[in-house]
Amino acid sequence: MIKVIENFRQQLAVEKAEYQKLLETDPAFQGGHITQQSELDISHKTVLYLEGVSVSFDGFKALNDLSLYIDDGELRCIIGPNGAGKTTMMDVITGKTRPDTGRVFFGQTMDLTQMVEHEIATAGIGRKFQKPTIFPEHTVWGNLELAMKTDKGVWHSLTTVLTAEQRDRIEEVLTIIGLQEHRYIKADLLSHGQKQWLEIGMLLIQDPRVLLVDEPVAGMTHQEMDKTAELLTSLAGKHSVVVVEHDMDFVRSIANQVTVLHEGSVLAEGTMEEIQNNQKVIEVYLGE
Amino acid sequence: MIFNRFFPQFMQNDKGGKILLSLLATLVLIIVIFNRLIPESSALHIPTYMVTLLGKYLCLALLAIALDLVWGYCGILSLGHAAFFALGGYAMGMYLMRQIGDRGVYGNAELPDFMVFLNWQELPWYWFGFDNFAFAALMILLVPGLLAYVFGWLAFRSRVTGVYLSIMTQALTYALMLAFFRNEMGFGGNNGLTDFKDILGFSLQSDTTRIVIFSLSALALAAGYIASRYIVESKLGKTVIAIRDAEHRTRFIGYKVEDYKLWIFVFSALLAGVAGALYVPQVGIINPGEFSPLNSIELAIWVAIGGRGTLFGAVVGALLVNYAKTYFTGVLPEFWLFALGTLFIVSTLYLPKGLVGIFQRHKKEPENTPKPIPPKSQSQELAQ
Repeated sequence: MIKVIENFRQQLAVEKAEYQKLLETDPAFQGGHITQQSELDISHKTVLYLEGVSVSFDGFKALNDLSLYIDDGELRCIIGPNGAGKTTMMDVITGKTRPDTGRVFFGQTMDLTQMVEHEIATAGIGRKFQKPTIFPEHTVWGNLELAMKTDKGVWHSLTTVLTAEQRDRIEEVLTIIGLQEHRYIKADLLSHGQKQWLEIGMLLIQDPRVLLVDEPVAGMTHQEMDKTAELLTSLAGKHSVVVVEHDMDFVRSIANQVTVLHEGSVLAEGTMEEIQNNQKVIEVYLGE
Repeated sequence: MIFNRFFPQFMQNDKGGKILLSLLATLVLIIVIFNRLIPESSALHIPTYMVTLLGKYLCLALLAIALDLVWGYCGILSLGHAAFFALGGYAMGMYLMRQIGDRGVYGNAELPDFMVFLNWQELPWYWFGFDNFAFAALMILLVPGLLAYVFGWLAFRSRVTGVYLSIMTQALTYALMLAFFRNEMGFGGNNGLTDFKDILGFSLQSDTTRIVIFSLSALALAAGYIASRYIVESKLGKTVIAIRDAEHRTRFIGYKVEDYKLWIFVFSALLAGVAGALYVPQVGIINPGEFSPLNSIELAIWVAIGGRGTLFGAVVGALLVNYAKTYFTGVLPEFWLFALGTLFIVSTLYLPKGLVGIFQRHKKEPENTPKPIPPKSQSQELAQ
């Protein structure tokens, strides 16, 4: 009997060693993520994983062992002084920059480091740039039409026409971003704030799971800022919204969960109140 | 309007295009009437050399449309587009060479004159099949298209843009020119391909053949224009404009930018190839000079002077500049390059939208931005 148990133990030890080896060598087993690029799996409630991500440019560490988790449907603000790595973080998530080390996963299964920009966008991560970037020569309607979630292959684009459902969807988004009146205006002629909204609308119409929004209220009036805050909070729940922002008043008005970046890694995380009372944060950022 | 009946729906707002196509149809009619039906003795008779000259211009106009597609709409300034034109021309030239048969200077039915002259014993493998017009026609599309595909695939995938891409296209056409200059290449070297006799059994010297080729050039230009207009009005065209104005944005809303650039680049090369193939039987020669980088630069000047991103602007530019070139090189040969330079400087400084920009500026604003068909909501449609 003892011998049987002993044998069993030995067998277990062997299996454990094998599993350990597999964990270390096979990337598919790393960190519990199994790579499967086709489907978004958010069974663990976390939609975006950044684990130990480092990026350096010519020796300068823009991101330094950054780990960050975004839950499905949450609204997260990311703040930090200039050069803290906020924009680089977005670049890493959207495939513009490849991390030197670390893992970036969308849901449980999609390894973002193995995908290129348009694949990541199609998978469901939308991004708004710091400077409002829209298509100046197209109308507001045209901008939304181009951004709409549909087959984006060349041959499809050559022959496609808008369906009634798609027209309704564009109308719907126009209402959300409050640009119904301006639908046939060339986007170039919109005011700065309207361009920001149009760009947010272009993200929305892609129907993304995650919206990355870089400085949405830069250059906005207070009124426009309030409207933007309302818009972003209304989006949370259905989408996860990650907002990078400098304006503390704005962050205070929308955020429940705030992450502070400093020198490429997370300095503190918590509610706005906790952050404001955090000694380290006060030293590097708020105290200035 | 009755006028509108002859144009496809996607061209309803394209005033310039309607004028262009109507003028083309009128031109062909006038030429046929005044060349064929009015006797040569009459003062109203249009001589055949004029017909050929006009046909040449129409081919160049088609080439200008090809460049406008990639430059005006997609922002890719190709300074090597004449290479695709020349390749289409060579493919046609090879067919015409094979048509000569044993009527060459050396009377060799198997080999073109220049090969006999170089003491070649047999036809190189890449000349096989060019006896057949269908095969040659296929090559007219395939060769420029394939080169554009390979070049574009490499360049766009590596995200080469702007000036760097322009320099690479310039290098491409220069390299091809040097290669075609070599006798060993088997394309007639310095002299190129010439001394053509027949096309599909019809003599190239006969007036009827010339009129037919002229009409085909007009038809090709019209078809090229309509196809290009369809493309730029489609969602593909809108995407291409989006790429020109904000490439990153386009990428980040999920478009594979490389695919779009490659598609439009290859299509443009096909147009250029067809233009070259129609050009060669009318001028009667194709030589490596057509690959000269200068040709491609001149082509960019036509488009800039006419007006980028309008398609008909490119046609206007190509026709005007080439007419001026023929005129000035006849009257004041040494003056032409100065005139071209001045024209380019003036149009860059004062006419950023080219000649057609002058007319568009005087238009009223609402006309300038045609409103799309008002959206019908689903519920409204159901109610009807």
